Amino acid sequence: MSNIIASTAPKARALTPEEIHEIEHEKTHYPYAQAVGLEALKIVQKYQGWVSDESLLAVAEYLDLAPDELEGVATFFNMIFRRPVGRHVIQFCDSVACWMLGCDSLKGHITSTLGIEYGETTADNMFTLIPVPCLGDCDKAPVLQVGDVVYRNLTPEKIDQIIADLRAQA
Amino acid sequence: MNGPKLPLTKNIEIGRAPFTLAQYQAAGGYVSVTKALAMEPKAVREQVKDSGLGGRGGAGFNTGLKWSFVPEPDGGPRYLVVNGDEMEPGTFKDRLLMEYDPHLLVEGVITSSIAIQASQAYIFLRGEYKAAEKALQQAIKEAYEAGFLGKNIQGSNFSLDLCLHTSAGRYICGEETALINALEGKRANPRFKPPFPQVSGLWGRPTVVNNVETICNVPGIISYGVEWFKSLGINGQTGTRISGVSGRVKNPGCWEMPVGTTFRTLFEDFAGGMLDGYEMKAFLPGGGSTDFLLPEHLDLPMIPGDVAKAGSRLGTSLIMVLDDKTCPIGCIENLMKFFAHESCGWCTPCRDGLPWTEHMMHKLETGTGSMEDIERLEEMTRYMAPGNTFCALAPGAAEPLQSGLKHFRDEFIEHVQHGCKYKQH
Ligand SMILES: Cc1cc2nc3c(=O)[nH]c(=O)nc-3n(C[C@H](O)[C@H](O)[C@H](O)COP(=O)(O)O)c2cc1C
Ligand code: SF4
Repeated sequence: MSNIIASTAPKARALTPEEIHEIEHEKTHYPYAQAVGLEALKIVQKYQGWVSDESLLAVAEYLDLAPDELEGVATFFNMIFRRPVGRHVIQFCDSVACWMLGCDSLKGHITSTLGIEYGETTADNMFTLIPVPCLGDCDKAPVLQVGDVVYRNLTPEKIDQIIADLRAQA
Repeated sequence: MNGPKLPLTKNIEIGRAPFTLAQYQAAGGYVSVTKALAMEPKAVREQVKDSGLGGRGGAGFNTGLKWSFVPEPDGGPRYLVVNGDEMEPGTFKDRLLMEYDPHLLVEGVITSSIAIQASQAYIFLRGEYKAAEKALQQAIKEAYEAGFLGKNIQGSNFSLDLCLHTSAGRYICGEETALINALEGKRANPRFKPPFPQVSGLWGRPTVVNNVETICNVPGIISYGVEWFKSLGINGQTGTRISGVSGRVKNPGCWEMPVGTTFRTLFEDFAGGMLDGYEMKAFLPGGGSTDFLLPEHLDLPMIPGDVAKAGSRLGTSLIMVLDDKTCPIGCIENLMKFFAHESCGWCTPCRDGLPWTEHMMHKLETGTGSMEDIERLEEMTRYMAPGNTFCALAPGAAEPLQSGLKHFRDEFIEHVQHGCKYKQH
């Protein structure tokens, strides 16, 4: 039994020099390795797109943290992705101010256009759709965010345009 | 003493890049740092206390008084943490301050750190606020280069480092003890109080957590004085604050106005009233975790005590207007879904109660609810009442529900009998 587990269990990958450089920089901001752990997960995700088991183990090893504890942290925060995501992550605000201005039907529009529900990624790995708590742009509701960009006062037509533009970007 | 009428937003012009340090200084910026460095820290704290500045993060506690609970320096590290996690549904004021005048926050951080003798400050910024992140990074860099941050600030004995921390998400991180856990790289469950963070916070050291807007008020108080700050308020209040409106109004947005301004002035004069064809049914006065108020409450001044007497909380003072064509049951269902999703999972009434509450609201909204569900929902608000849970998330979630059950009782019953009659969702 133990053999089987050992042979399939993921192993830490080697962190890249860029990742290590940034993690070392974060160490100057926080006095304890545990605090750097969460930062390191963000760094790894920035370069890899998500946090794989191999990445998580690598961070734990590098900072001498318990992998289980780091996993508990990684799964707590919704901006740490423990599964692969598409090239563009659509963070869709469905909190109350956007809801009052009709975001439910807009979500339906995205879902039928892309053929994905919350938490899913399109087959071409282009888009992942996730909900996000109130984006703090309620006077311009409904809104969504992709990467650094917030798209405001959404309509179905605007959403079509956003999707077309993002596809063209790739 | 003379000073600006709108100290929080005087440098803000939508569409224009935020002031550089030079521009900001030319507009009277960083005066409070020089002044505070020449004062006894206790005198800085006293001025902030006397100004009557109340926390702008939702609870409204006197800021100077909060600072006074920090013990005297013992040589070890002490922390100031700025809460820039802004995720309360319907709240969009800190975004404005951080994106458009980042130096005001940086100046506030330095002056406040002098007051409490902090050696390290963190700005805890929600991860989605990318424009604010960029603006603050630039402002912090400039402040270091100009000797306002780092060792021996402006040639004094006072040293301070400021780190911008971008959060990895979750609404609960805005709760100040959960925020401290998140900064420490832990799961962001709240901590037991006491001890309060002022005594034992970040890494067990004295820590003050304040909202972005609270800290942005500090430079003015120290630069222009307590009397000036007091002269800004109306209806017996001091200072200004940022209030705003979302929903189907003519001109949604947020604006700086005297503390003590009425909801009506905000709603009618600033937001222009409802869009044609819509009427106000009710409004949430300060975020998703406040009790609904009715049009008859519009003449209340936005003062925590007055709003409490009317059965709600001022909260963040950004109001969300529920119009007559949007279903109140659906609105509450949406709020319950939010809170159920954002529960940190620590205690039972919240972790288990909220998903159940959401489920019952969903049944009602989709026409499969019963009178028993309404009774059960009443019961839920009691389980989630203050004192029954580890933090204020669940009691906050109960507020729109309990007030909704009171104000829209007929609509709850109608949903049981006939289902939902509203078209717009
Ligand atoms: C669930 C929850 C979320 C909160 N979110 C925020 C927030 O995003 N920003 C904020 O300033 N305060 C938030 N607070 C209030 C903080 O706990 C704290 O009271 C506040 O930051 C204190 O700052 P102040 O005294 O300057 O108002 C939240 C509280 C709770 C219970
Ligand atoms: S009330 Fe909710 S969010 Fe607060 S500690 Fe309990 S489970 Fe966590």
